[in-house]
Amino acid sequence: MKLTLKIWRQKDAASKGQMVDYPISGIDGDMSFLEMLDVLNEELNNKGEQPVEFDHDCREGICGTCSLQINGEPHGPDRMVTTCQLHMRKFIDGDTIVIEPFRATAFPVIKDLIVDRSSFDRIQQAGGYISVNTSGHTVDANAIPIDKHDADEAMDAATCIGCGACVAACKNASAMLFTSAKVSQFALLPQGRVEAEDRVRNMVRQMDLEGFGNCTNTGACEVECPKGISLDNIARMNREYLSATTKG
Amino acid sequence: MGILDSKVPSGPLAEKWTKHKNEIHLVNPANKRNIDIIVVGTGLAGGSAAATLAELGYNVKTFCYQDSPRRAHSIAAQGGINAAKNYQGDGDSPYRLFYDTIKGGDYRSREANVYRLAEESANIIDQCVAQGVPFAREYGGMLDNRSFGGVLVSRTFYAKGQTGQQLLLGCYAAMNRQINRGKIKSYNRHEMLDLVLVDGKARGIIARDLVTGEIERHSGHAVVLATGGYGNVFFLSTNAMGSNVMAAWRAHRRGAFFANPCFTQIHPTCIPVSGEHQSKLTLMSESLRNDGRIWVPKRLEDAEAIREGKLKPTQLVEEERDYYLERRYPAFGNLVPRDVASRAAKERCDAGFGVNKTGEAVFLDFASAIMRYGREKAMTSGIKEPDEHTVRELGEEVIEEKYGNLFQMYEKIVDTNPYKTPMMIYPAVHYTMGGLWVDYNLQTTIPGCYCAGEANFSDHGANRLGASALMQGLADGYFVLPYTIGDYLSYDIRTGKISTDLPEFEVAEAGVRERLEKLLSGKGEHSVDYYHKKLGKIMWNKCGMARNAGDLQEAIDEIAELRADFWENVRVPGVLDNMNQELEKAGRVADFLELGELFAKDALHRNESCGGHFREEYQTPEGEALRDDMNFKYVAAWEYKGEPKDAVLHKEELKYENIELKTRSYK
Repeated sequence: MKLTLKIWRQKDAASKGQMVDYPISGIDGDMSFLEMLDVLNEELNNKGEQPVEFDHDCREGICGTCSLQINGEPHGPDRMVTTCQLHMRKFIDGDTIVIEPFRATAFPVIKDLIVDRSSFDRIQQAGGYISVNTSGHTVDANAIPIDKHDADEAMDAATCIGCGACVAACKNASAMLFTSAKVSQFALLPQGRVEAEDRVRNMVRQMDLEGFGNCTNTGACEVECPKGISLDNIARMNREYLSATTKG
Repeated sequence: MGILDSKVPSGPLAEKWTKHKNEIHLVNPANKRNIDIIVVGTGLAGGSAAATLAELGYNVKTFCYQDSPRRAHSIAAQGGINAAKNYQGDGDSPYRLFYDTIKGGDYRSREANVYRLAEESANIIDQCVAQGVPFAREYGGMLDNRSFGGVLVSRTFYAKGQTGQQLLLGCYAAMNRQINRGKIKSYNRHEMLDLVLVDGKARGIIARDLVTGEIERHSGHAVVLATGGYGNVFFLSTNAMGSNVMAAWRAHRRGAFFANPCFTQIHPTCIPVSGEHQSKLTLMSESLRNDGRIWVPKRLEDAEAIREGKLKPTQLVEEERDYYLERRYPAFGNLVPRDVASRAAKERCDAGFGVNKTGEAVFLDFASAIMRYGREKAMTSGIKEPDEHTVRELGEEVIEEKYGNLFQMYEKIVDTNPYKTPMMIYPAVHYTMGGLWVDYNLQTTIPGCYCAGEANFSDHGANRLGASALMQGLADGYFVLPYTIGDYLSYDIRTGKISTDLPEFEVAEAGVRERLEKLLSGKGEHSVDYYHKKLGKIMWNKCGMARNAGDLQEAIDEIAELRADFWENVRVPGVLDNMNQELEKAGRVADFLELGELFAKDALHRNESCGGHFREEYQTPEGEALRDDMNFKYVAAWEYKGEPKDAVLHKEELKYENIELKTRSYK
């Protein structure tokens, strides 16, 4: 395959960025998108140019490190995959591919295609946990039976990888899907119910402080989420929030 | 005992840990507030240690190269975590878990450490459930279990195929709670580049801020290294791209002995290599061997026809297939330990029975499990006489519920549907049992420098059983280190803050700068990846699944040569004081180029086959591993003396007082 890549280049957070064209050839359908970028970087490196910096780590779709807005879509055209699992067989010879960083006020660009998603960490730090000590002297794991459906639903919410695609997909750059996934996971489990009200208040407050936008229910986040996190979680978080704030 | 004192407490095996906890020193809460601990790495071991130490009252600083602690590679563990809960009532106990782990490790791990691990295992599950980890449950609301290789009980707890993710997010949440309290300060996108010793004790680290490029000094009263394994020395492995040995190797250069570097786990069920540009390999969880049957064609001509695409695997009937694990190991069948399964796959492929284009793949087939589950589901759904189509459909639903995300991952990568046609798999480098030598307290040979999780050598001997890595990481971090490190720190309550202006910090920082500048000033012949791939080829071909003295000696020479070439000719673009991923990689590969040679040296000296270390010269007529307990029943701990070839061997003799040494048999 021969392709034309249009890639966002930006020296550092303080510099202005721009799109740069890179023709590339010899791309095989079995290569992953990031392996295609590896090939580009090897070429740039051989020519004495600066390689394109991009975030990636596990390359098996679970760590949530990789990002990239590919032809306007977070993680590219395929569904239910992260960029590292997107394969070049999804493109055809002669394609032009536009590659940008995730765009959001709360995700400032660090360099080239790398953004700072520490705002996500701070939302979790505000309440994304159950306040139990880690010394291990808790009750037996089977002491509290949990309805399988609740456990499964909690698990579905808990599979969020924190990549930020939901924010990048949203016209308001809202972090509701991300935040609601954690709120839901714990709200569905008896262990998490105890401090559910404080949790939802604190996490939502932090989400707003970070500069994420509001949710207008377009559902773009759910469509682009590589883990299929459901919009139902947002509805659940709204209920939890309403109940927590009206109780005072 | 020599220079290596394992500090294993006296007394009966089952009482050692309790006795030890009762006897070691504690630090009072007020004094803990004046003590700083550095934790490098935030996976299961580092994350759990950081959270617990902070909860106890110490001031903790964590460091990870990723942009968030939640991204550590523990997250990629799929299948599960072992615990001797005996919820299934199938005869499990801490002793049996201990026994299975020692046997699975081919009698090369330390009894007391492994028993403690088995003892703490049940605690981990209680802890994680309390933290909101959504383990799989049965309809009655109780926790579900599955089986893993090398054992005869069901003791593995799981959260779909994402157990590592859920456990890591549990640690991350526990860390977040402490970050919110101000007890942990987390330095993300930071890489440790050196360990700083003051008066022979670990007192800090030199780290680089990977965003600004700034070199920083951080001090503490103790340093915990929980930086994972070094499988990426093979270039292609199931590790994350950033996984590296740097922190452990820097500590090694400062005096921490490196134990059993050649003990590497090659995992049997990974997606085969597809092409030259491949950057990493993807694991398919061992849990798939619960239901998948592994086979190759019986006849060479069928294998050839499949390779050429003239024949489909589904066209071969039962009698034309060789379920070689079931044939060779009837007692354990497809659930033999990983090292055994990997070697058996290699043996079949080497004999010409491989089934993909390159001849390096075997089938993992779910057809019979789909039909079996389908019939069961039809019964419970009240369908009396289901046709084959219905059974298949129902069975596929069950399989999807169990392994859906793994099947989806396979399909995305390989572009074939594993529900309809068997998966193709091949062994790949996955885990390293070797690592920094630690005593019973998880302290390295450097006072104040501790090592936990995959980064240490302690619990898995020469081969790790499935679902035991998560168990070890969390046991070390939640339940072991918080006690043992307190014992050490009890002598430090009057020390006061460690100044980063000490000359030791200055010298270490200057060394780090010099090294980075040297990397940036190479002649620029070849990229870092060029060297990494070359190293990987040497390692895979000569230090891989089967090794021999000739190959290993060649590997030693070739790696030394490659290392010299690297330092002379590597090309690292960019500058020091900005984000520079090529520079990060260069530092890591430079250390792999030293470790790789020590790895080969260790493999060459160990004239026996045990666990994942298979020396072709030492095998039975049936091709099974031939251990030599007379001469090699020890941990090989290497002391740094400059070049890897000059490393000095120290032996920790292993004593088996509770288990009789036997030839491992899974027949």
